Amino acid sequence: MSAPHTMLDKLWTAHEVLQREDGVSLLWVDRHLVHEGSHHAFAKIKERGLTVAEPDLTFAIVDHYAPTRGRSKIADPEISRMINTLRDNASGNSLRIYDLDDPRQGIVHVVGPEEGLTLPGLLINCGDSHTSTHDAFGALAFGIGATEVAHVLATQTVWQRKPKSMRITVEGTLGPGVSSKDIALGWIAKLGTDGAQGHAVEYAGTVIRGLSMEGRMTLCNLSIEGGARFGIIAPDETTFAYIQGRRFAPKVAAWEAACEYWCGLSSDEDAHFDREVVLDAAEIAPTVTWGTSPEQALPITASLPEVSNVPLSKVEAVSAALEYMGLKFGQKLEGTAVDQVFIGSCTNGRIEDLRAAALVLKGRTSKIPGFVSPGSAQVKAQAEAEGLDRIFTDAGLCWVASGCSMCVGMNGDLVGEGKRCASSTNRNFKGRQGRGARTHLMSPAMVAAAAVTGALTDVRIFLEGRV
Amino acid sequence: MAGWNTHKGRAVSLPQDNIDTDQLIPARFMSVPRVQGYGPYLMHDMRRDDAGDLKADFPLNAHDGASVLMVGRNFGSGSSREAAVYALVDAGIRAVIAPSFGDIFASNAVNNGLLPAQIDEVTYETLAQALGRSFLDIKIDLGTRSLQLGSVGANFLIDDSWAMKLINGWDDIDLTRNHRVAIAAFKNIRHQTTAWAWPNGAD
Repeated sequence: MSAPHTMLDKLWTAHEVLQREDGVSLLWVDRHLVHEGSHHAFAKIKERGLTVAEPDLTFAIVDHYAPTRGRSKIADPEISRMINTLRDNASGNSLRIYDLDDPRQGIVHVVGPEEGLTLPGLLINCGDSHTSTHDAFGALAFGIGATEVAHVLATQTVWQRKPKSMRITVEGTLGPGVSSKDIALGWIAKLGTDGAQGHAVEYAGTVIRGLSMEGRMTLCNLSIEGGARFGIIAPDETTFAYIQGRRFAPKVAAWEAACEYWCGLSSDEDAHFDREVVLDAAEIAPTVTWGTSPEQALPITASLPEVSNVPLSKVEAVSAALEYMGLKFGQKLEGTAVDQVFIGSCTNGRIEDLRAAALVLKGRTSKIPGFVSPGSAQVKAQAEAEGLDRIFTDAGLCWVASGCSMCVGMNGDLVGEGKRCASSTNRNFKGRQGRGARTHLMSPAMVAAAAVTGALTDVRIFLEGRV
Repeated sequence: MAGWNTHKGRAVSLPQDNIDTDQLIPARFMSVPRVQGYGPYLMHDMRRDDAGDLKADFPLNAHDGASVLMVGRNFGSGSSREAAVYALVDAGIRAVIAPSFGDIFASNAVNNGLLPAQIDEVTYETLAQALGRSFLDIKIDLGTRSLQLGSVGANFLIDDSWAMKLINGWDDIDLTRNHRVAIAAFKNIRHQTTAWAWPNGAD
């Protein structure tokens, strides 16, 4: 019998081309996803006279700068230039591109799984820190910088030192109105934004097993906000059912072979993890962030800490965050007036997220403006088939096309200076949604509740009789 | 990229935790081609007031010519944008000293010749106190993983493979191309044994 292995061990070994004497591994990359932001990397390989080594394993997607309105004639020349650069790099290297008019366009971390490009057991890279989204399938997916993107383009491999392993186990049952977004914000608040630095997280436990693929992707997506480059979940029947029949997924005999292999990927029962964290689902409530770091999060029922309760070493940072956010020590979170809402992003732009928000908004009106940007054109079409778009527009929200949009603001979808936004996105950093913008992160259902009242609100009061 | 063994310069302290890459360079500047230089965008919104003028009391503005930054824990967390490193490097920064770094940032830094020097919290307190709001001479020795800040000496940590890369100015693509036979062999075996890992050819 060999020693027990973690899923990380198994995925790592399967991709290791070689290991140098200093312990750094050269890993084979099965899928490489590129977007407009990859322009630096394409410039780097072009400088050397190189082209993409494996065009069949490289997929280009327009998302970061994708306009969500007025696509046929882009007004901003900078945005046009960024998108055209990706088009040129894709055609110059014979890459498949998901362009603005493609019915399968969307955010890279939504499109990969949707297309069956994301599979268990694959190593997936993308020049984006939320690449851990794909880890929800039992893949080894992680975000890389531009130099590494250039390296993958040129060689289809990446150098990495194997991270330490950490398991976050969530046991029990989630209460109504509590989603995987709340699990994520909960553990990050508990452990800190650098709580999992240097580690590959594996999520486990009954609660994780009970999550849909959409829920798992939200959780894995947010791993980087707790410092982890990887956030993996073992594949199971839920995973296989999601993948089967998708466009690029294995078919027939290959499907059988793949499933058999995937079943062996889970961590062995007595595998050792460098760190173990166990969370009780019953303690997780609908959560909102109040500051300028994802770790500054509290249950919606809570009040901000009194200054006397903040550790001395953190008073300065907390004061600065509160000042930026226009909030006060001791203030109750619920009832804080909000100026606008945003539902979308690679974190919470999938069909289930839209359904959760629509469940709250059905037959109700939004007191404040806002918009809903589905995670992909396919999600948009599905939502329209289900009539969800009408629920949003009847409530007074704008229903727009897919892209990274107001999560990162590169396409011009910005929150105004000093404006407060209830947002289903992933980062509440200063200026993330626009200079001086005040972002509160929360689940899509919580965003919908904030829309209805025009203030931070506990979604549970709107779910009575609806769940 | 040129390697380096020692660096003599001047250090400035920015005693804040969690300076994320959105602070290092706001997203709106990231469409700029690198040849134009990213230095002017470094910490743009931290350094400038609403009118776009430099805040005189911001440490980096008060001390022109700093080449080493001393910062709080979790520096460079968040987005994988390598532009954050370009902004530091193009503004003349050669090393950042902190108790911890975002994983992707640290890797990006080394790929651009920028040293992410990790120190423990106690050393950080000592060095940050010695530096205060002043502007001190600093000498960094990569070989011995040590630094001298004014009259205070300290050691720092860095992954050995990263130190070698910084010292030699190695470029990964060149190194990897020496392994092309091993890569081709790996691909061949993977293709034979794990054919499902290739995208099933859709239209």
